[in-house]
Amino acid sequence: MSEFSADRSTGKPIFFLEDEHAHAEGGSTMLGFWIYLMSDCLIFAMLFATFGVLGGSYAAGPSPRDLFDLNLIALNTSMLLLSSLTNGFAMLAMAKGKVQATQFWLAVTVLFGIAFVSIEVYEFHHMIAEGATPQRSAFLSSFFTLVGTHGLHVTFGMIWMVTLMVQLGQRGLIEANRRRMTCLAMFWHFLDVIWIGVFTFVYLMGMLR
Amino acid sequence: MSRPNLDQHTGAGHPEGTLGGYLTGFALAAVLTAIPFWLVMGEVFESRTVTALIIMAFAMVQIVVHMVFFLHMNPRSEGGWMLLALAFTVIVVVITLAGSIWVMYHLNSNMMPGLHEMSQVP
Repeated sequence: MSEFSADRSTGKPIFFLEDEHAHAEGGSTMLGFWIYLMSDCLIFAMLFATFGVLGGSYAAGPSPRDLFDLNLIALNTSMLLLSSLTNGFAMLAMAKGKVQATQFWLAVTVLFGIAFVSIEVYEFHHMIAEGATPQRSAFLSSFFTLVGTHGLHVTFGMIWMVTLMVQLGQRGLIEANRRRMTCLAMFWHFLDVIWIGVFTFVYLMGMLR
Repeated sequence: MSRPNLDQHTGAGHPEGTLGGYLTGFALAAVLTAIPFWLVMGEVFESRTVTALIIMAFAMVQIVVHMVFFLHMNPRSEGGWMLLALAFTVIVVVITLAGSIWVMYHLNSNMMPGLHEMSQVP
């Protein structure tokens, strides 16, 4: 962009380059990360749609009623919900500028995440040992893809958390780390939102089929 | 005036939660999770359709609770662009889900051999 004005004495045009208006570093990160989450949401939407179409195709194999243990799923759900709360505590500790408290609550969040993934791996292992493998029927293929993709997201979230705990230890609550913490919190709460869809549509509605 | 650009500098004006907010969200989410599990595990309603509709309604409410109390969404976040991106995503998600299930249901019920008179097939 350039601005134009005329020198009065000579009549010659003079050009000034206009400075681009200032962008604070990381000022657009939150919106960008949100749009990433929305695109991730579309991946899950496709997996949910696949499960919605194939969820009743048992190929004479086991059905949700034979496989799912709702007590285990309720325990799993509470682990993820508690991890969302402790992640919120980490954000509150960060807002107060307490590095060690932030790291502590992140560690608690990771522990709840490990509990969640362990219960899920136990469930998958149990199902596969009973012969309910992803190859058994279209229902099981779509089930393992959908729930497994969510579990992978949680696993990567935990790796991110551990990385961030190290970074907090090295550099403290600098601006960049605060930004990363906010993105991580959005990612983690987003996974909890996806899990609401999983336990409602896959597990609870599966038991109703 | 003494501290210009404070908003831009301290993280682009995304709202931070409060302890009360997180605890309220957690309590609401716990209740909204417990009731659907109880409805299904206790087989409270005779009709499965009624149970399915109720737990879907609970899921919708819980998603909104998470958005408000955990993700701190409000119509002004990032100048309204977050809500706009969310609205667009919701539209695409609804079309994907409803469209896939609708179309594939009709394919299954109309195209499967055996459901129609096989004698009419040349």
